[in-house]
Amino acid sequence: MKGIKILERILIVIPTMLAIAILVFVLMRMMPGDPVDKMMGESGNVSIEEIQALEKEFHLDLPLFEQLKIFITGIFHGDLGVSFQERKPVWNIIIERLPATIELALGALIFSLIVAIPIGVISAVKQNSLIDRLGMAFAFLGISAPAFWLGIVLIIIFAVNLNILPVYGRSIFAYKPVHITGMYVLDSILSRNWLALKDSLRHLILPSISLGAAQAAVITRILRSSMLEVLRADYVTLARTKGLSEYIVITRHALRNALIPTVTVIGLQIGMLLGGNMIIETIFGWPGLGRLVVTSIFNRDFPVIQGAVMLYALIYVTANLIVDILYTYLNPRTTL
Amino acid sequence: MAELYITKKDSSKIIKYNKGKMCWERIKHFLKELIQCHTAFLGAIIVLSFILIAIFAPFIAPHDPLKASIINRLQPPFWIDGGNINYLLGADEIGRDILSRIIYGSRVSILVGLVTVGISGFIGTLLGSFAGYYRGRFDATLSRFADLLLSFPYLIFAIFLMSIVGPGFFNLIVILCFKSWVNFFRLSRGEMISEKTKEYVEAAQALGVSDLKIIFKEILPNIIHSILVLATLRVGYFIILEASLSFLGLGIQPPTPAWGSMINAGRAYMLSSWWVSTIPGIALLILVLSINLLGEGLRDILDPRLKLE
Repeated sequence: MKGIKILERILIVIPTMLAIAILVFVLMRMMPGDPVDKMMGESGNVSIEEIQALEKEFHLDLPLFEQLKIFITGIFHGDLGVSFQERKPVWNIIIERLPATIELALGALIFSLIVAIPIGVISAVKQNSLIDRLGMAFAFLGISAPAFWLGIVLIIIFAVNLNILPVYGRSIFAYKPVHITGMYVLDSILSRNWLALKDSLRHLILPSISLGAAQAAVITRILRSSMLEVLRADYVTLARTKGLSEYIVITRHALRNALIPTVTVIGLQIGMLLGGNMIIETIFGWPGLGRLVVTSIFNRDFPVIQGAVMLYALIYVTANLIVDILYTYLNPRTTL
Repeated sequence: MAELYITKKDSSKIIKYNKGKMCWERIKHFLKELIQCHTAFLGAIIVLSFILIAIFAPFIAPHDPLKASIINRLQPPFWIDGGNINYLLGADEIGRDILSRIIYGSRVSILVGLVTVGISGFIGTLLGSFAGYYRGRFDATLSRFADLLLSFPYLIFAIFLMSIVGPGFFNLIVILCFKSWVNFFRLSRGEMISEKTKEYVEAAQALGVSDLKIIFKEILPNIIHSILVLATLRVGYFIILEASLSFLGLGIQPPTPAWGSMINAGRAYMLSSWWVSTIPGIALLILVLSINLLGEGLRDILDPRLKLE
């Protein structure tokens, strides 16, 4: 019974993605501004033949329905079209930029977990103490500060005034590691290039903090409230009466159960992390997918927009799906 | 026609107090609880101050926010060398007074936050209540549509739509509402579904009370608390979202002062004149922080056992 429901949920992804594809397609065609014009650099002095040649090349002269058909059949073959601006296949462009975005999202996630889990646990264990109040104050600040402003402030403090961290980019060219996965930190570890590791970490810190601060705040609060609930439960009292040390009670018994709703939230945040980092990427000059999407929208580069948005939607939908399925296994009382 | 007044809180003290009391006495009770909760009170005071500042902006602002004065460009705030009292918080890249622009910018932020939450809250709650009560195909289609809207990252969606319809205040509100009604929809739908199983609804149905009356007079007053808390928390979120869009150049267009575009304009001068970006952000931080404090306090007052996402 459960298996069928899971299958149903997975299969619904396909029509959802199709609906998104059509929606994106229609929305883009509604945007003012001519892609051919932008391709020509908006110079205005091009011949009719050149315009027509470009239109033919990118199927822009076909009726809308035909274009939609080409796009959708292309998806099933893994062909997302060719970028208007760069004349490269969209798939290649996206794959080039994807590791940077994933690295940033992972960095933000790791930062938020490192910060949130200790603070959430300690705040719950020592409720209403100074640490608790400070932790909650920090959580409030994290939610209230806009990420882009935080990024700018961090740059001003650390890069400009204190001069200990770089201002933008992923790495200094001399220290770029060998390309194995595309993620600089991972690549430098894999190729034992410690200078590159230090350099890429230095570049990763500030963007991760800006992006991860809000996530850390949310995770702290959810963890704290679920820990509070769990610590009042009977099995925790039992563990204590059994004579187990407080440390084991907290970590082995309470934390495990408190993490269940937290994992749900983290799963949803992953989708948001990947989707919401456009601004951070712009501020820090991070060559990722987000910046690609923003510049493509401004350049009316339809294939790239379509491909990138489809990818985002796929990641989002998949993350939600995994979280839903995971949750039914972790908490047997819920159904899909 | 029998009218049932049963409040959601089942602590007997509250029922005894509220039973039969006049509306304004309930409000007095609520205000008393608000004052006792320190964080909520602080949040409420700050939010009120911002609203007053926004309303009386022409009387409070020392300078005209649109008046550029190239001689004074990039002047630092008065506590730094080179600043003067005339430009309390410094001047931006074309010499406009930052303090005045912040004061006028609060109008934009507060208006956007309140109007967006108001409209989307109203529509979302209405649709959610009907969907939750009647269920069936109406509910199924709306929920599917809501899920579809949710599978887009918000910012991309907003950038898309703004590129199509163009910038401007009205367009901004419409686009923000386009996706935000979903949260209210899901909350009111969920609450409606769970309330509908309770006995007072069954009793009302048995008495022959019409469906509409049940929804609006019986169930809605009980779920309005959680909706109110969600609304308060979303205001801060939308203020930040508007600032993000203005930051990207897609929201309120210059020269109208908006905190997001002020932060963006200051980016070019990050290395030399940090105040152009930082100070509007601090204003934004304080406003959103106080709104969140107020929302949290409301949640504690209205129902301490309430759990929201």
